[in-house]
Amino acid sequence: MSNGLNFEGWVCPLPLRDHPNIVMGHGGGGKLSAELVEHLFLPAFAEAGAVDMGDAASITVGGMRLAYSTDSFVVRPLFFPGGNIGELAVNGTVNDIAMRGAQPLFLSAGFILEEGMSLDRLAAIAGSMGAAARRAGVKLVAGDTKVVDRGHGDGVYINTSGFGIIPEGVDIGPKRAQPGDVIIVSGTIGDHGIAILSVREGLEFGAPIQSDTAPLNGLVADMLDETRNIHVLRDPTRGGVASALNEIARASQVGMVIDERKLPVQDAVRAACELLGMDPIYVANEGKLIAIVPPSDADRLLARMRAHPQGRQAAIIGHVTADHPGIVAARTSIGGTRIVDMMVGEQLPRIC
Amino acid sequence: MKYLDEYRDPELAQRLFAEIRRITTRPWAIMEVCGGQTHSIIRNGIDQLLPEEIELIHGPGCPVCVTPLEIIDKALAIASRPEVIFCSFGDMLRVPGSAKDLFRVKSEGGDVRIVYSPLDAVRLAQQHPDREVVFFGIGFETTAPANAMAVLQAHRLGLRNFSMLVSHVLVPPAISAIMESPTNRVQGFLAAGHVCSVMGTWQYQPLVERYRVPIVVTGFEPLDVLEGIRRVILQLESGRAELDNAYERAVRPEGNVAAQKVLSEVFEVTDRAWRGIGVIPQSGWRLRDAYRAYDAETRFAVSDIQTRESPICRSGEVLQGMLKPNQCAAFGKECTPRTPLGATMVSSEGACAAYYHYGRFIKAEEVGVAR
Amino acid sequence: MCLGIPGQIKEIYEMNGIRMGKVDFSGIVKDVCLAYLPDIDVGDYTIVHVGFAITRLDEQSALETLALFRSIGLLDEELRTDAEEEAA
Repeated sequence: MSNGLNFEGWVCPLPLRDHPNIVMGHGGGGKLSAELVEHLFLPAFAEAGAVDMGDAASITVGGMRLAYSTDSFVVRPLFFPGGNIGELAVNGTVNDIAMRGAQPLFLSAGFILEEGMSLDRLAAIAGSMGAAARRAGVKLVAGDTKVVDRGHGDGVYINTSGFGIIPEGVDIGPKRAQPGDVIIVSGTIGDHGIAILSVREGLEFGAPIQSDTAPLNGLVADMLDETRNIHVLRDPTRGGVASALNEIARASQVGMVIDERKLPVQDAVRAACELLGMDPIYVANEGKLIAIVPPSDADRLLARMRAHPQGRQAAIIGHVTADHPGIVAARTSIGGTRIVDMMVGEQLPRIC
Repeated sequence: MKYLDEYRDPELAQRLFAEIRRITTRPWAIMEVCGGQTHSIIRNGIDQLLPEEIELIHGPGCPVCVTPLEIIDKALAIASRPEVIFCSFGDMLRVPGSAKDLFRVKSEGGDVRIVYSPLDAVRLAQQHPDREVVFFGIGFETTAPANAMAVLQAHRLGLRNFSMLVSHVLVPPAISAIMESPTNRVQGFLAAGHVCSVMGTWQYQPLVERYRVPIVVTGFEPLDVLEGIRRVILQLESGRAELDNAYERAVRPEGNVAAQKVLSEVFEVTDRAWRGIGVIPQSGWRLRDAYRAYDAETRFAVSDIQTRESPICRSGEVLQGMLKPNQCAAFGKECTPRTPLGATMVSSEGACAAYYHYGRFIKAEEVGVAR
Repeated sequence: MCLGIPGQIKEIYEMNGIRMGKVDFSGIVKDVCLAYLPDIDVGDYTIVHVGFAITRLDEQSALETLALFRSIGLLDEELRTDAEEEAA
């Protein structure tokens, strides 16, 4: 098996060879992560890999279109305000599948457990998974458990994968955004990331903020019932709304303009971001989606979303443009313009 | 948020922009000293909306950017030691040393932890008596009181396993160095608001007199920055050079006396090298002899540090306001936040990072900024 | 260089001999060191930088500053309107 990296044709002048080891940023959902996929995994898979490998794939089997997805959960701490790694694991894959317009049907769950992990905690996590699966209407049908030496697993890591059937006439994907489309977000942003940070060592603060982890397939079903004319759906997890929009802008080769004043952010989340010097637009969400739709359908879709528990605070935040393809711009609160670039690694708290 | 939102009011911002346009009749070059102000300017698009005659030169008020390469390399060496828990503000994690950064050290097994406050590091030292806890004490005068208190606290608690790698820098000597540079173009200053909250405004009066330059103590929110700019322009247009305080709600002329007392107890002035600029005499603080036991450089005796800056990095010129980030040949190419050559591309408020992150490598016209 | 955020002091206590406070930032509560503001009280607003309160926010100054902003350009507008009316 070849282990030489082929640097020819890498866009970045100083790519991965600068980092011989994995760094935390590679898991951040930003540029480093994208590079890892593009320059290490895809070339290694070659013909056995898919060109536009993302979280969820749309595949055709026996005349049916399936959305098939996988996701791994390594969150620390395992238990946080609003949930635990268990429901993240179920909702995460449920949502990846729903972002293709499919209703998730079956999930698998693989566990890597650390020797010494408390069985009580594991039972609580498993209980949450069961409850989350029931809530989302999916069945957990396959699973695996491995144990690693103490000191190597941080308690538990979970991988889930699953699939659902994409209904006829539904064609949702990151390449479908078009100039003129309206960008909608289903609710307040930054909740999950801040909830996690609020209990992380060295940063603790008292905050009435809960993770927003939730299954979105119910909301998506309602949205598709309102209109089939949805171009893109994306759940802005790590890297936040900013990274998700940048990925879509790049994939669809369109530009985007959002209005900062229209971004729905809870007061406490905003305050926490101010305190840490972070920007909510880059903070992870686990129960929100971005929808990109033609202007003709935007208003009634928004109304339908707001009628659903997962979309009560849905808001139009911007539009797609033919200008500056691949670039997301934002109108600042005082009327200036800034570019919302993709994050490099993870967003870090700052003092300056 | 009270005391924040009011100073971001878009209508009032437009009023201030209009007023600035009204009073500006000639080109002026104004430096905002503080990196936090640079961040606010770029983040809100303020420089794009100012009249063309006004040039904002971004000052060296980014402690992350100016921390000497040698200190960074020492930090990396200390953080790599297995017995050490190395604590730092998030800002420092990606600053490039000669060969790597703290993130890389972490990936190689170093125990590097981000903390919000230096007191968190003291707490870690209490919780881990078997480990050496080292805190990376960088910052201007705003951060120094916090760092000083951490040292005092460690002393009070009799902690033998806590030390600080100190690299404090001072604003007034930097202003002197800038004004005395033969290539200086700065005609007025926005002084750093929170530095002055701590140190007061009195240190700037001698500078105003010596260099005949307006200095306006300025805050960080868009309206505060605009007001600071407005007041500097008013002075320049009428040929005045005075010390003014546009951030009165948070700055008193005498500053924070309690903090100054502790600062003089724990620290003493020393010469400091500023990365990209060189040694500015009497421009930094170090721990006094009485607290030498808490000095990480002494405790870990890191020597054999061979520093090596990137030959094409022009951070120094950017820091001195001689070059705009997007005028540097490496900007956006070899040098990006992902692959920074110098500290100004790493720090969230380093001018290069601010320019990159907020898109100055894409001309404003391309995204249709209204003038 | 100095990310300082305004918050309101809700409670004052002592820890390890140092004066500390619980400071509220629109719902976020953080433990902050108040050692440098020995006269500050519950209910006051302060600027917090890296877990330390460095200055008390003066409400009066704050209001005056905002009033100043609101008045900027107003006199000008009035003068212009007057001039236009005169010319008409």
